[in-house]
Amino acid sequence: MSSAPQLNIDHVAKLARLALTPEEKAQFAAQLGSVLHHIEQLAKVDVAGVEPSAHAFAVHNVWQDDVARPGLTVADALRNAPAQRENMIAVPKVVE
Amino acid sequence: MTSVTHSVPSVSQSSINYEAVIGLEVHVQIKTASKVFTRVAAGYGHEPNSLTDPVVLGLPGALPVMNKAALDAIIKAGLLLGCEIAPVCKWDRKQYFYPDSPKNYQISQYDQPICLGGSVEIELPGAARNVMGAHKNIPLTRIHLEEDVGKLNHGATESLVDYNRAGTPLMEIVSDPAMHSAEEAYAYLTSIRATMIYGGISDCDMEKGQLRCDANISIRPVGQAKLGTKVELKNLNSISFVRDGIEHEIKRQLAVIERGGTIVQETRDYDGMTGTSQSLRTKEEAHDYRYFPDPDLLPVAVDAAWKARLQAECPELPFAKQRRFQADYALPYTLTSVLVWDRALADYFEEAAKLSGKPQAVGNWIANDLLREIGHAKIELASSKVRPAHLAALVQLVEAGTVLNQAAKEIFTEMFATGELPEAIAEKRGLKAAPTDNNELEQWCRDSIAANAKALAEFKAGKDSAINAFKGPVMKAAKGKANPKLVDETLRRLLAGM
Repeated sequence: MSSAPQLNIDHVAKLARLALTPEEKAQFAAQLGSVLHHIEQLAKVDVAGVEPSAHAFAVHNVWQDDVARPGLTVADALRNAPAQRENMIAVPKVVE
Repeated sequence: MTSVTHSVPSVSQSSINYEAVIGLEVHVQIKTASKVFTRVAAGYGHEPNSLTDPVVLGLPGALPVMNKAALDAIIKAGLLLGCEIAPVCKWDRKQYFYPDSPKNYQISQYDQPICLGGSVEIELPGAARNVMGAHKNIPLTRIHLEEDVGKLNHGATESLVDYNRAGTPLMEIVSDPAMHSAEEAYAYLTSIRATMIYGGISDCDMEKGQLRCDANISIRPVGQAKLGTKVELKNLNSISFVRDGIEHEIKRQLAVIERGGTIVQETRDYDGMTGTSQSLRTKEEAHDYRYFPDPDLLPVAVDAAWKARLQAECPELPFAKQRRFQADYALPYTLTSVLVWDRALADYFEEAAKLSGKPQAVGNWIANDLLREIGHAKIELASSKVRPAHLAALVQLVEAGTVLNQAAKEIFTEMFATGELPEAIAEKRGLKAAPTDNNELEQWCRDSIAANAKALAEFKAGKDSAINAFKGPVMKAAKGKANPKLVDETLRRLLAGM
């Protein structure tokens, strides 16, 4: 299966923070390409007169009142963190 | 070389005049009990990572649910700023990898924000502190609702992440690139802050990150329609830093142009302590956030009834109040500019003004005495023992001539300390002026006139100021407690019959 012309696998890998081998790039480019080909087919459907929607259900305004409930304990919140210090999750230094 | 002033937005450089063009992105945290898409508590100053739940942390299977109060608040903000409220809006995912965002996307609004257009009324500095400056409306592009991200604490070798802030309801108020000086940006931010506090939408405490501001700044030759290359200035974490940082950036850009250089599109970090900025990263390519509609959340539809309900809750804003105070109470700018910026103070004034029927006198007492005492005592207005009824009673005592100005000051001080009513204090401490309904005053006046034939002759010859010579002895006889206005009236009445 060929990769879609508009697919830049290097850009997608960069956005996803993935370091791919040339083999993986070829493999994923083909897989993502087939997804894009499918989208191209969908794009051919005539939707003139169909109102765009952001959701599959025509339902609006699903909400809750602003009443706070207890959440996770600090210990539970940090349980999956590979590194922690002072009850915070330690990550490699980032600067922006 | 270069200078930027609010009145003359253009800045000269060699033979070409440049003007600055500024747009602000203001983030305002909405004051709610729980987060915007989940019901764990929102708050500031709690133990790190103690305000999280599976939705905040983006754990698998967790689903967001909207907070009704956050929606009410942003619609109210939009109504206060004259925005059009979109009949339908939706939620989008803004994708990016950064440790402050646990899901690797932020729920925001991309192409269908809830509030469109609108404007912020600002006042520029006047010619002097007591002179009203020019007013201007800064147009808004949009206001949308999103979730705040976590807080990063940068150490030497690692960054520590606290997700307490993540998921706090956050409004982003985006202005058009329509400001031309640091003063305008400062006035804009001041006005937004006052509006949000008035509306009960946010406390806007910049130290707590409840109000944050990024500025997009460019310069262009005056008359050129095309915008220059913009620089984004970040970390403007106090209102003064916003003004200083923008002023600094305009000068920096002018200096670059003057040297024959070109402005590079970049993000710069402004350090308010040193008054310098440094480049964070050059934007080689625009961010690719790959927005798409969030399938976990349903769209919001705002109907007329909902809008009307919130419109009814919208308070009168400071500038409108100022115009009304000037029109209805004939208050000078020096008083209205003190009274209207604090909603509680403005309400206090109106109550006292109505009770006393003497708005100007009430305004003077508040601006000169009440605020000074509150400042000294380091208390809030709400804790002041002097309530509007106290102030109104005091003003009426002075107006009726029952107490004189000096005595009124003493009464005020005691009233502030004890909360006793002025009448009682005046009685207890003997601060009342001499009664006006007895013949004593008239007798003192007769005596004084009789004792000064020279002044009498002068007065009768048409020298009006000669009347003052009679007043000293009368006041002396009254031990300083006579009402000067009454003394003057009595003397004139007696003199007219001589």
